[in-house]
Amino acid sequence: MVKIKDMNIFKYTSLLLLSFYLSSSSLNLAHAEIKVGLVLEKSGKDDKSFNASAYKGLKKAEKELGVTTKTVEAPDNSAYESLQRAFAEKKFDLIVAIGFHQLEAVQKNADRFPDQKFLLVDEDAKKPNVRSVLFEEHEGSYLVGALAALHSPSGKIGFIGGMDVPLIRRFQMGYEAGVKKINPKAEIFVNYLGVTGEAWNNPPKAKEQALDQYHRGADVIFVAAGNSGLGVFDAAEAQKKLAIGVDSNQNWLKPGYVLTSMLKHVDESVFDSIKLLKEGKFTTGLTRLGLKSKGVDYAMDENNAKLVTASDQKKLAEIKTDIIAGKIKVPDYYLSQKKK
Amino acid sequence: MFESFLLPVLRVSTPLILAALGGMWCERSGIVQIGLEGFILVGSFFGAVATLSTMNPFTGFLAAGLAGMVLSVLYGLVVLRYRSNQIVAGTAINLFAMGIPPFFSKIWYDSTGSTPPIPTAAQFQVAPLWITFAIVVLSFIIYHYSRFGLRLRFSGEHPEALQSAGVSVRLKRWQGILMSGFLAGLAGGTLSTYLSSSFIRNMSAGRGFIALAAVILGKWKPIPTVLACLLFGATEIAQIRLQGVVLWGTDPVPVQWIQILPYFITIVVLAGAVGRSNSPKALGNS
Repeated sequence: MVKIKDMNIFKYTSLLLLSFYLSSSSLNLAHAEIKVGLVLEKSGKDDKSFNASAYKGLKKAEKELGVTTKTVEAPDNSAYESLQRAFAEKKFDLIVAIGFHQLEAVQKNADRFPDQKFLLVDEDAKKPNVRSVLFEEHEGSYLVGALAALHSPSGKIGFIGGMDVPLIRRFQMGYEAGVKKINPKAEIFVNYLGVTGEAWNNPPKAKEQALDQYHRGADVIFVAAGNSGLGVFDAAEAQKKLAIGVDSNQNWLKPGYVLTSMLKHVDESVFDSIKLLKEGKFTTGLTRLGLKSKGVDYAMDENNAKLVTASDQKKLAEIKTDIIAGKIKVPDYYLSQKKK
Repeated sequence: MFESFLLPVLRVSTPLILAALGGMWCERSGIVQIGLEGFILVGSFFGAVATLSTMNPFTGFLAAGLAGMVLSVLYGLVVLRYRSNQIVAGTAINLFAMGIPPFFSKIWYDSTGSTPPIPTAAQFQVAPLWITFAIVVLSFIIYHYSRFGLRLRFSGEHPEALQSAGVSVRLKRWQGILMSGFLAGLAGGTLSTYLSSSFIRNMSAGRGFIALAAVILGKWKPIPTVLACLLFGATEIAQIRLQGVVLWGTDPVPVQWIQILPYFITIVVLAGAVGRSNSPKALGNS
């Protein structure tokens, strides 16, 4: 009898302990750190451009908001779906997918995991559990286009795009409009690096294209090509001409040769989304970030302080106010395609 | 003309020429070499690393060649010692090579597959062009006028004859593989230290396969192979030049049409313009 009683006591205590353990662990769950998984494109966190910006935002959130983060880079475009799914299966609170290449994968996974929150940058997923962020690249490109024209005595200006996709065409269209605003007679050279994902990772080819444009008389080249942009900066240095960087602030890469960078604040959009998530105010749907919301801008720092004069900055400030006020209509490639 | 067309053609052709000559030597010895892409990738990574640590592009260049050679030893072991299928082994080498730079760059630079930029002072100006030229001349002489070249070619045409003459076929094939590793490694070195200023993940961007096409186009002979590489280089530059140019009508030719040019030319040339391209007779049977 005693034995059985002991057994019972043992049972009860263990049950009690177990319930304590469970309740405390569920308590832990409630207070558990927020886990954010970041899925980057092929060019990776060291592209010093688009992906680097997203990574920067994530690290800022880790530091300031105390969230747990994990970053993965896709070895190729077919890997996005499985990488996102791995995060979803591990119950990450938010999965951040960077780049338009990930659209399809996000849509599939959003259907498969309807309770999973996603953030998609550069495309509109149109799913109830996805927050999509689009940047008004054409507005920022318009600004740097105007600046390029101000720095081109010859009136010849270059643009080099990475992969030939609507997104980069949008950069190009805004840029051209900005150039024409300052110098309507300007001649604009346009090159694209390729029609596959390799175009983002081919600096030797970008360098050749840039050298070609400089030889034809270009004074300034705006490059929107991920990792490949480094080749354009090399060419600018070799030819003692100017280049304009993209997405991240790239002025530091070749000080004196990078006129400015068209900033796309992917970092802030990633950070803000995580912040909203932490505060419980995370919303899904489409957000557009333009000049007005400081989603896009041009970069000023000590590396280009000597290149961009006070009068340039004044002029750009005027243009900026006009765009925000709607006085200047910047042509948008997406809309121009829809009309057709 | 020179500054704006010929020099760029020579520049973009250098990695192709080096890799293609490597591929030619290897295939002449009787071993299929589709691992060039992997050797290029590894060469360009270690070329950049060595240049960064010594601040001397020449050591970087040499390191690039040696890195490619080390990887080719692995290939040699697999196909010569263990007699694996050469196509499968070559593909495996390419896949394996893709993983090497991210692994080491994570350890050395806390980066997932690229190196920091190489300072301007430690970059090449024109040296690789001359080195490549010297290698072309040397290859030509060895191929046509040396006993070594003749024996190496025989090990790919008629290994039994070579064997009965008392020369080790296996040794010749080892030499062919090592040469391909070294030369393709050098090709990689030109990418990261000469044509750009850092290593970027997967920066070989298919050049190994274009080089292989050049070998076939050049009928496994040094000068035609080099000419084939120059043809590919020229289409690459022409492709850059023709973008956005109005050839007829009012609209420029769509960029996609311009960009298929190199591939289109390859098909046309391979399909008929050069006539029969005979591979070494014993290629692939080891």
